[in-house]
Amino acid sequence: MSSAFRAAAGGRIDRNRRLHFTFDGTPFQGYAGDTLASALIANGVHLVGRSFKYHRPRGIFSAGSDEPNALVGIGRDETHYTPNLRATQVELVEGMKAESQNRWPSLRCDLGAINTLLAPLLPAGFYYKTFMWPNAAWASIYEPMIRRAAGLGRAPRAADAARYAHVYAYCDVLVVGAGPSGLTAALAAASAGARVIVADEQGELGGSLLSDVSANIEGKSASSWVAETLAELSTYPDVLLMPRTTAFGWYPHNFLGLCERVSDHLGEPPAGLPRERLWQVRAKEVVLATGAIERPLPFPDNDRPGIMMAEAARSYVNRYAALPGTRAVVATATDSAYSVALDLQATGIEIAAIVDIRSSSGEPWLSRVRRAGIDVRFQTRIAGTRGRTRITSASLAPISGAGRQETMACDLLLMSAGITPSIHLFSQSKGRTIFDSTLQAYIPAHSLEHERSAGACRGIYHLPPAMADGYGAGAIAAKLACGREAPPRRFEVIADNVGRSEVIRSTAPSKRPSRVWIDFQNDVTLKDIELAAREGFESIEHIKRYTTTGMATDQGKTSNMNALTAVAHVLSKRPTDIGLTTFRPPYTPTTFGVFAGPSRGELFDPVRHTPIHHWAAAENAVFEDVGLWKRARYFPIAGETMAAAVARECRTVRTNVGMLDASTLGKIEVVGPDAAEFLNRIYINDVSRLETGRTAYSVVLREDGFILDDGIVARLAADRFYVTTTTGGAHRVSALMEDYLQTEWPHLNVWLTPVTEQWTVVAVQGPRARATLEALVEGIDLSTMPHMAVREGRISGLPMRLLRVSFTGELGFEVNVSAEHGEAVWQAIYDAGRGYGVVPYGTEAMHVLRAEKGYIMVGQETDGTVAPADVGLGWMIGKIKADFIGKRSLKRAAFAAGNRKQLVGLMTTNSTKVLEEGAQVVADPSQRIPMTLLGHVTSSYMSAVLERSIALGMIRAGRARLGNRLYVPMRDETVEVEVVSPVFYDRPGARLNG
Amino acid sequence: MAILSTRRPLLPWHTDMLLIPCPYCGDRAEIEFTYGGEAHVARGEDPSALDDEKWSEFLYFRKNPKGPHAERWRHVHGCGRFFNVVRDTTTDVILASYEIGATRPDLGSFRSKERE
Repeated sequence: MSSAFRAAAGGRIDRNRRLHFTFDGTPFQGYAGDTLASALIANGVHLVGRSFKYHRPRGIFSAGSDEPNALVGIGRDETHYTPNLRATQVELVEGMKAESQNRWPSLRCDLGAINTLLAPLLPAGFYYKTFMWPNAAWASIYEPMIRRAAGLGRAPRAADAARYAHVYAYCDVLVVGAGPSGLTAALAAASAGARVIVADEQGELGGSLLSDVSANIEGKSASSWVAETLAELSTYPDVLLMPRTTAFGWYPHNFLGLCERVSDHLGEPPAGLPRERLWQVRAKEVVLATGAIERPLPFPDNDRPGIMMAEAARSYVNRYAALPGTRAVVATATDSAYSVALDLQATGIEIAAIVDIRSSSGEPWLSRVRRAGIDVRFQTRIAGTRGRTRITSASLAPISGAGRQETMACDLLLMSAGITPSIHLFSQSKGRTIFDSTLQAYIPAHSLEHERSAGACRGIYHLPPAMADGYGAGAIAAKLACGREAPPRRFEVIADNVGRSEVIRSTAPSKRPSRVWIDFQNDVTLKDIELAAREGFESIEHIKRYTTTGMATDQGKTSNMNALTAVAHVLSKRPTDIGLTTFRPPYTPTTFGVFAGPSRGELFDPVRHTPIHHWAAAENAVFEDVGLWKRARYFPIAGETMAAAVARECRTVRTNVGMLDASTLGKIEVVGPDAAEFLNRIYINDVSRLETGRTAYSVVLREDGFILDDGIVARLAADRFYVTTTTGGAHRVSALMEDYLQTEWPHLNVWLTPVTEQWTVVAVQGPRARATLEALVEGIDLSTMPHMAVREGRISGLPMRLLRVSFTGELGFEVNVSAEHGEAVWQAIYDAGRGYGVVPYGTEAMHVLRAEKGYIMVGQETDGTVAPADVGLGWMIGKIKADFIGKRSLKRAAFAAGNRKQLVGLMTTNSTKVLEEGAQVVADPSQRIPMTLLGHVTSSYMSAVLERSIALGMIRAGRARLGNRLYVPMRDETVEVEVVSPVFYDRPGARLNG
Repeated sequence: MAILSTRRPLLPWHTDMLLIPCPYCGDRAEIEFTYGGEAHVARGEDPSALDDEKWSEFLYFRKNPKGPHAERWRHVHGCGRFFNVVRDTTTDVILASYEIGATRPDLGSFRSKERE
C-alpha cells in the first residue's frame, strides 16, 4: 500500500500487518496499530460525517475520546452493530465495515444540508419558538420530523449478539490514565507494594508519550521509556494494567465504574471472551492522571473537514505516520502549536504560515520556526475559510479588524487555543475546583474523596514536573492506602516546555457569529450563545440547556470552556461568575450492553421454582410470574382453553377435591417466651388468646392504619407460632417484624426465622379432602380436627404440620412438609386422591374460588388505602388490646367517614358479561364528563359453579348501596350492575365444616 | 486482587454505592443494606394517648436536612441487624455508625468538624 498520506517511515503502526476495511462501502487499507480515523487520514479521507442540525460536512477533528465529529456506525452485521462510535477511538481490524451517519442519500451529497440555508430559522431554542401552532401538529408532524432530520446514528436492527460481563474488584491504588503522570504514579504505588490497577481508555498505554518524538526520558526516547516502564510494572504481581478501559463514572466512597473493551479490537473474537466488561472497583485511594484536552479556536467557518486540533495532528503524524494534509495553516494562541508545526514539517508537510492571534510567542519556538523558514504572523486571525467538503483556503486578517484580508491556500488548518485540564472524574467525585486565571482553566482544589490529581489534569503540563507529580501522587496514595513508602525516585527528563497560551476572550469579535462553531457535535454557534445571553439567560446551566451547548454525547469536552468564555464576554463578567456546568457520568458514551451484563433474556431476573414445579410442568401447567416465582396458573387437558380448564378445576374443587401448590406463601417461625405478646402487637386480632393447636386468619396493618398483608397465625405451642404471609408480602412482613422487634420492642424475647423455602405447602380443598388425606396421615384424627386448627403428625411417614384452613370455602387442609419431601408428598396425595376424582388446580381457579366466597386478595381488593373495616374485617380487631401496629391511626376521623370505599359484590344484569378489572363505577352513566366516580372493579371472573359472571368492587359507601343499580362505562358500552353482598356462594359457610 | 462477580448492574446514574460501616460486620457495600429512614423517631410507649397532631407528626413528619443526618440502615443481606448512621446528605460522607438504642451523636459537632 502506498499512499501520499502515509509517511514512509515512523509511527507505531505495524507495516507488516496490512488490514482491509470499508467506509461507506469503499474499500481502503490500513495497518495494525491504526485507529479508523488514522487509517482514513492516511487514505486522504477527512469528510466522515454530517453535523447534527445543519448537516454541515464534518471531518476528523481530534485523535481521542473528545472527538465531536467523526462518529461512525460499525458492525460486521446487525447483531454486532454499534452506532455513534468515535472513529478516533476505534482500533482498526481486518474486514471492518464502517459507515457515516446523519446523511441522506450519501455523505458527499446530503439533502439535509439545506438546513444550512435555513440556519436563520433555526436559532437556539428554535423548536420552542417555531413549531408553536397548531398544537396538535407537534406530536404528529413536528416532533417526528425533527427527530428524523436531527440526531446521530441509527439503532441496530437486531438484538445484540455479544456477551458482556461484570467484575467487582478492590485495590489499594487505582490510577486513571496511563500517560506520563499515570505511569509514574503506578511505578510509585507498585514499588511501595500496593495493589494497583491502571486503567487507560486507549488501546496502548502511554498517553501523550506515544506521540512525543522529541522528549528524552532517562536517556531514552519517550516510546522506549514507555515500553520499559510497562515491562517493569508487569513484573509486579499485584499490578493490573488495563488498556481499552475507560473510567466512566465516580460513585460515592471511592467506587468507580470502568468499562473494559475486551474483544472489539480482535475482529472476530475467540469464543468465551465477552465484548466488554464492567469493572466495579472499590479503591482505597485513586490517582487521577486524566490529562488535558486542547481547546479549539473559535473563528468563522471553523468546522470544515481538514480543520483539526493541533495536538491531534501531532498524534497522527508521530504515532500513526498518517499525514493529515500537504499544506497546513496553523492558527494558534499557544506556543505548543509551534512545536506541532515543526513536527509536521519534519514529515514533509508544508507549513503555509503560523497565524498567531497574540502579539508575541515564547522562545525557543519562535527562533526554531523562523530557522525552519516558517512564516509567522502575529496579531492575525482567521477571518474565514473556504472549501465545501474539505478546506481549500483560509482568509487571514489583522486582529484589529481593519486592514485587508489575505487568502492562503491550504488543505489542513490546525488550531490551538489553550489547554483544558480533564477534571471530569474529579468533578464527579464532588471535589471542589478553582479557576486558575494564569491557566484560564478550572483545576482541582479540594478533594472530598480519597483521591488526588496529578499532572496535566491539575494544570501541570510540562513533562518533567508532570512525571514527578505523578510519582509523588502515587507514593502518597500508596502510603495512605497501605502504610508503605515508595523509594524516592527521580526521572531525568529533557523536554521542551509547553510554553504559554493566551485565552482570547472568545476569540476576536466576529462579524459572522453564526459561522463560528462552539459546540461542533450539537451545532451550537457563537451566535446562539450570544442570543441566549441577549434573551436573558445568565447562568451557564440555563444557557447550556437553552442552546444545548455541551449536551451532546461528547459532553462538551472541547466546547465547554469556549462557551463559558463567550458567555462571560457577552455578559461582561468574569468566567468565575458564570459558573461551570456539572460533569456527570459516563465520561464517554457507554454501551447499554455493559450495564445490563448477563442480566437479560432468561437471566434478566432470578427465577424461583417450588418443589412441585417439575411435576406441574410435566402435567402441562401454564405458569404465571408472581414476583420472582413461577406459579402454575391452570392445567389444561388436551387442548382445553384457559376458560374451560379453570371452569373444570373450579367445579371439581366444589364437587370432589383439588390440590393447589401453595408453597410460595411466605412463612415465618416466631419463637420465644414473648412470641404471643409480640404477635399481639403485630396483628390486629387478639393473638394472645389463640389457644395452642388453633389458627386464626388475620391482618397486618401499616402504622398509618392501612392493610399491609394478611395470612394465617398458627399456634404450635405456648411459645411457638407459625405464621404465613401472601406470596408477595413475605419479605415485607418479615422486615416489618424485624424492624419493630429490633428497634421498638428490643426487650421482647422473640426469635424470627423466615422459612418460606423450607416448607412445601399442598392445599387439599373440596368435600372429599378429608377422604383423600385420611389414608396417608398418621397421628392426627382428621374426623375430629376442627376448622382453623393446626396439628403436628406424619404424612406418608414424613413429619408434617397440618392446618385445617380454607381459601375456597370448602372443607380444606394445608399440608406443610419439608421442602425436600415436597414433590413426593404431593405425588402421594395425588395418587390417594385419584379415587376421589382429584385435580391439580392453579392460581386462576384459586382466584375464582376465593372471589365466589368474597375473600379478599391483598393488592387486588386493597391498594394501600384500605382499612380493615373497608373490606369487612373490622370484626377481627381485638377490641381490648392495648396496642398493635396501626391501632392509633384507625381512631382518625377519616376512617369513620361514611363515604369510604367498601367491599361489595357487583352482579352484571347480563350474566355472561365479565367486567374488566380496574373499570370505574358510576351512578349516572349519562352525567357529563368528568363523571362522579364511586369506585372501581377489583376482581371479576366467570363462575362455573354459579353459571354467571361475578365481580368484587370497592365502592363509596358500598354497603349502604346494596340492591342499587350502578353502571360501569366502558369504551363500547355501559354495563349495568347490581350491588350485592361480596359472598356469592354458600353464604352461611356450611361447606367449611363439611 | 480480590475479585468476585456480582449480578447487580451499575448504571451510570446510580449513586447507591456507599460503603457502609455496619457496627457488627464492618464496612460493606450498600447493595447488602436496606434504608430505614430517619433515626430516633420514637413510636412512643402508648400511641393511643397521643392526640392527632402528635401522632401525625410521628407518622408523617421527617427532617430531610441538608448536612449531617441520623438515619437507620439494616444489614439485611448480612447480620440482619438495624443500626444508625450519621451521613452528610450533601456529600454522602458517613460521619458515624452506632447501635440502635445508643445516644445520637451531636450533629452540630459534625457540622463544625466538616468546615475545618
